[in-house]
Amino acid sequence: MENRIEFTREMRDSYTILMPNMLPVHLKLVKDVFALHGYNMVLLDNEGPAVVEAGLKYVHNDTCYPALLVIGQFINALQSGKYDPHRTALIITQTGGGCRASNYIHLLRKALVKAHLEYVPVISLNPAGLEKNSGFQPSYTVILQAMLMILYADVLMCLKNQVEPYEDNRGDCARLVDDWADRLTRQFQRHPLASALGFRKNVRRMARDFDAVPYTAQDRIKVGIVGEIYVKYSHMANNHLEQFLLEQGCEVNVPGLMGFLLNALDHSIDDVNLYGGNRLRQLGAKLLMAYAVHVEKAIARAVRSASRLAPPPPYDVTRRELGGVLGVGCKMGEGWLLTAEMCELIDSGVPNIVCVQPFGCLPNHIAGKGTIRALREKHPEANIVPIDYDPGATRVNQENRLKLMLSVAREQRAGATP
Amino acid sequence: MRIGLDIGSTTIKAVVLDADNNIVFSRYQRHRSQIAMLCEVLLHAIQAEFPGERFTLGISGSAGMGLAEELGIDFLQEVYATRVALKHMVPDADAAIELGGEDAKILFLTGAGGLEVRMNGTCAGGTGAFIDQMATLMDVPVEQLEALSEAHERTYTIASRCGVFAKSDIQPLLNQGARKEDIARSIFEAVASQTIAGLAQGREIAGEVVYLGGPLTFFPELRDCFDKALGIEGIHPEDSLFSVAMGAALQAEGEADIDALIPRIRSRAGAARYAACPALFDSELEYESFKARHARARVETLSRPGYAGKVYVGIDAGSTTIKAVVIDESLNLLKTAYLSNKGNPIPAVRRFLMEFYRESPDAVIAGAGSTGYGEALVRAAFRLDGGVVETVAHFIAARQLQPDVDFIIDIGGQDIKCFKIRDHAIDDIFLNEACSSGCGSFIQTFAATWGLPVDEFARRGLLARHPVDLGSRCTVFMNSSVKQAQKDGATLEDISAGLSISIVKNALYKVIRTASASELGDHIVVQGGTFLNDAVLRAFEREIGKDVVRPNIAGLMGAYGVAVWSARNVRGGQSGILTREELERFTQKTASARCQGCQNHCQLSIITFDSGRADDPSGKAAPRRFVSGNRCERMTGGGKAELPNLYEEKRRMLRALPEGENRRGRIGIPMGLNMYELYPFWHALFTKLGFQVVQSPESDHALYARGQRTIPSDTACYPAKLMHGHIEWLLGQGVDAVFYPCMSYNFDEHRGDNHFNCPVVAYYPEVLRLNVPGLRATKFISDYVGIHRPKDFERKFPKILARYFPGIPKAEVRQAVRAAYAAYDDHMAAVRRRGMEILEDCRAKGIPVILLCGRPYHIDPEISHGIDRQITQLGAAVVTEDAVNLQERRFHVNVLNQWTYHSRLYSAAQYVVDRGDPGVNLVQLVSFGCGVDAITTDEVRRILQQGKRLYTQLKIDEITNPGAVLIRLRSLFAALEEENK
Repeated sequence: MENRIEFTREMRDSYTILMPNMLPVHLKLVKDVFALHGYNMVLLDNEGPAVVEAGLKYVHNDTCYPALLVIGQFINALQSGKYDPHRTALIITQTGGGCRASNYIHLLRKALVKAHLEYVPVISLNPAGLEKNSGFQPSYTVILQAMLMILYADVLMCLKNQVEPYEDNRGDCARLVDDWADRLTRQFQRHPLASALGFRKNVRRMARDFDAVPYTAQDRIKVGIVGEIYVKYSHMANNHLEQFLLEQGCEVNVPGLMGFLLNALDHSIDDVNLYGGNRLRQLGAKLLMAYAVHVEKAIARAVRSASRLAPPPPYDVTRRELGGVLGVGCKMGEGWLLTAEMCELIDSGVPNIVCVQPFGCLPNHIAGKGTIRALREKHPEANIVPIDYDPGATRVNQENRLKLMLSVAREQRAGATP
Repeated sequence: MRIGLDIGSTTIKAVVLDADNNIVFSRYQRHRSQIAMLCEVLLHAIQAEFPGERFTLGISGSAGMGLAEELGIDFLQEVYATRVALKHMVPDADAAIELGGEDAKILFLTGAGGLEVRMNGTCAGGTGAFIDQMATLMDVPVEQLEALSEAHERTYTIASRCGVFAKSDIQPLLNQGARKEDIARSIFEAVASQTIAGLAQGREIAGEVVYLGGPLTFFPELRDCFDKALGIEGIHPEDSLFSVAMGAALQAEGEADIDALIPRIRSRAGAARYAACPALFDSELEYESFKARHARARVETLSRPGYAGKVYVGIDAGSTTIKAVVIDESLNLLKTAYLSNKGNPIPAVRRFLMEFYRESPDAVIAGAGSTGYGEALVRAAFRLDGGVVETVAHFIAARQLQPDVDFIIDIGGQDIKCFKIRDHAIDDIFLNEACSSGCGSFIQTFAATWGLPVDEFARRGLLARHPVDLGSRCTVFMNSSVKQAQKDGATLEDISAGLSISIVKNALYKVIRTASASELGDHIVVQGGTFLNDAVLRAFEREIGKDVVRPNIAGLMGAYGVAVWSARNVRGGQSGILTREELERFTQKTASARCQGCQNHCQLSIITFDSGRADDPSGKAAPRRFVSGNRCERMTGGGKAELPNLYEEKRRMLRALPEGENRRGRIGIPMGLNMYELYPFWHALFTKLGFQVVQSPESDHALYARGQRTIPSDTACYPAKLMHGHIEWLLGQGVDAVFYPCMSYNFDEHRGDNHFNCPVVAYYPEVLRLNVPGLRATKFISDYVGIHRPKDFERKFPKILARYFPGIPKAEVRQAVRAAYAAYDDHMAAVRRRGMEILEDCRAKGIPVILLCGRPYHIDPEISHGIDRQITQLGAAVVTEDAVNLQERRFHVNVLNQWTYHSRLYSAAQYVVDRGDPGVNLVQLVSFGCGVDAITTDEVRRILQQGKRLYTQLKIDEITNPGAVLIRLRSLFAALEEENK
């Protein structure tokens, strides 16, 4: 990118870096890691009509909803007066895949120019080293710690989702998540690798803690949420879908973030198998993958040994679940992982699935809506509802469709038609 | 007894069931958003009918959820309610189709897929509201559609995906004089096809099918369309209107205390909780001063009875209204009229002209012209001297009033036109193509929903305290936003004001896509009938933060402009317009015919205008024919020597490849998406190996319809959806295998950062494999291949092929692969050579060239709708983007340049800039639903603008309005002409 405003070493000390919100727990932990290493990061929490309005104003209206919201959230924050735009930088991920999501950073820069904020540096967070910034060169320690935090957050989210709907004292689980977030950060603060070394111990304790939350067994419908990554996780984008489902008497199951990251690594392995390429680099990726799966399996064992709760499924299990429904070459956006997650949910006794995507999401024409028919043929009990999100889609319409899915779910559970 | 209330988007249905579940009371009523009041009335009526009874109460319906939640009454999701009722009404039903005000649903009750319910998502196309909207457009009461449809003779293809597109199909048909009977039937067909395509999504609707809901009750013709489309005979139960209400009643549990409920319903009516915008005016006083300011921009109409000088006539035949003016030699207005189109502009224009002849018998009409949608029709009917494209007419008029004008925005009945003026020429044109939500007819349709005339409806919003914030999205979504606001207690006034504000927001943020008002200009003239609405004008000024000029003849500017144009351009002092006597004898007849000029077989409407006498010696007044419905001029007297058209030539190159000998089997290749580029590659590969290659034919709508039922995602782009039809066609040929591989990567042309295909092109074979059941009975080769790595591909492909056709020697396959690369290179080289040849030739001869940029598959005439031919008929040659892109080196663009096909667009734009030849200009084709083009269009525009070149974009879809395409093209040519001067 020409004329790009670099985030310089000088800026690092005096600038605030704004981070868009997608997954509150995960990103808070990642933010804390960066804070330990001297980056002054803020996880944005502004939402509502003003964000959408800013997005509509500064982004091409036909771009996907996540771009609109992420960029709207940034610009709304910059214009709010809360931050000095001349001492603020933005950070955004860049996946580099064949989906248009890889273009968010460019759309963001275009929007900044339009909003007369072109001097605000934008940092690209990507695994491929696409853009360099002298002031933002995370060390291996930072990367390792951030990855660990994502693993921890996946575990926390998974455990919380299983217990929260049944907790006796409202807020027990949420508090537990907060406590653990603080505790993990403190561990890293004490020693850069503390949380890594005490990994199993930590996970066991987490599982025990959640298992010990006072609860009352209830008959709840289990609903899985899969879909485009931003809409799946961001409450702002999916109109607080999780909360809605909880209020409707469901237990919600949301697959974690680690699978998405490992999936990207996996594609680099599959690409070489399918099309040829550097075998040595592929071997590297395979080793990394083997290690990651090893860690995930350790987590699973730890959770099982310490509690009655289910651990997040390791990546290789999810991959096997795909069962050839889609080819593994289907890699843009969420690619086959989305389908595999649906298969896994169905097989683990969660046939009720909300498949969320931004209106007109290209990859989801294939991996989402394109596979539902095949999944239903394979698993007649599958009760999948695709829901589109965009600034014009109204809640009443979405909730109507969700309630319909829930009616079918209740009927299936009753085992008989009324 | 059991009460069931079904509160839908437009109606309330109530039933009361007795102990044996028989309906003893039923009521069906439009609620016009007075939900709370009507509920109260209904409950009172039920109490009065059954005094002393005890009731259970259940509520259902899309607008009923909020009410039920607040009152703590059982709410039953409406589709589920239908199901419950069906069990009772038609126990052996296999499927049900239910159309409501804004919902369309299909229920599958039996069969292998099990119980399944489908309902329309964010799109309200093909529903009752859509039918209402179409009736308004045709200016007939909605009930009359049935009788009209019964008398149909033929039908037209109407886009049914959403009302907006259907409207742009129907409007030209009406303007061109198509019969209302035929249109009525076409609307029903569109609804049926939308419902089936959008909701069935591949699952077959068969067996005992039940039709439910208002539209299917009131329009037997609509049921007939469903019967025909599905090949069944559906059941229509007696109480089908009340199925949802019945379901709600049947499921209701626990006694409801009606007396206690009524006051709670009443109190609910007051609370407003929807998102609101600031009021348009804070006080009546403020409104008065606003009115006074705008009253200053006036053009006086002179009353000059008995005027005997030269006059000029201008007629703007718009989509919903006709504007006509007569001006004198000093360009003052003598007579004006603002007439309703009523589906046919001819009688109104005739009345206007006769009136003028009567009032000013001595005036001499020295020139007359027309503009607007009906330009050609009016011109032919009344023998006018000429016509100009609307944009030019508006510009001429605006300049007359404000010589410094630098931005014009015209919001008409169905279209928004805005353009910048740079160096006294139209520079940047924005037209709404895929969306009419920012237009006048939009507000009109809503006004009709409330049973109010549009000006009254708009006026009531002026002083609304809390205008509803409806954002800036398309009408279809707006319907549900309004529904939501109604649910939250918005008044008619608030909704009216909210709609006016949303019109402005749509125009600014969706059509012009501006971020700040300073971008627009300093001297802004607003025009078009919609701006006569003060609420819209106010909202516009508020939104851009500037005062603008609204001429008092805002609604007449197009007509005024073309009259001024006539005054300047018609020579000879005497117009050829029909004389008074001829007008009196004027008749109009419409007939339909099928064109036999090419395989498109367009449905033609032939209108004959006759105003002569049998004994007329001059022959000047011979009957005039006007043909519409044609995509090209080939058979209607275009007759010009054909200019080079690389679209056509590429089509021919691909079709010319021989299918080859059948030694090893027959391979079917679907001609769509990337096959339009890679066909020579795969063709060479397979023919070399002794396979016969069967190519699916050029797409047409029938082919599309053939595959429609297996399309899983109705928001995918049209080129992708067409693939289903191609596959079905190939399956019908009994080929040994269908070949359509997945390809994440395309060839690397070294002009971008990466060389992906877009996700849809890359993986659509997967969608076909999973959703087209017929493919399971044949070999479907949809493996992932990487032709971007020739050496690896040569090694890998034999293994892939062996899985389907074992025993072919590896060496032979490898050889075929090498031949494939050579064939592809030859093909692309031929395209490039020919492109450069055309460019050089045209430069030498002074013929303008349009670089018609899109994707390889845009050469499919069903996708590009003959735009390439339209361009050659307008006098320019057509060259493709892939013919010139390699002329450019890799250069920097402001986006991630990672798709091969899209990268060509940037290169082509840069080529236009670098070539510096004013005769070569770029037009970009954009498929609706192409997410990637949201990125490319902005960038292509930027490249061209930086190089001081014009940018023109044409949006294409399943149906494209040829009128809108023509406006853009003609505006482009007019602007180029202006530039040349």
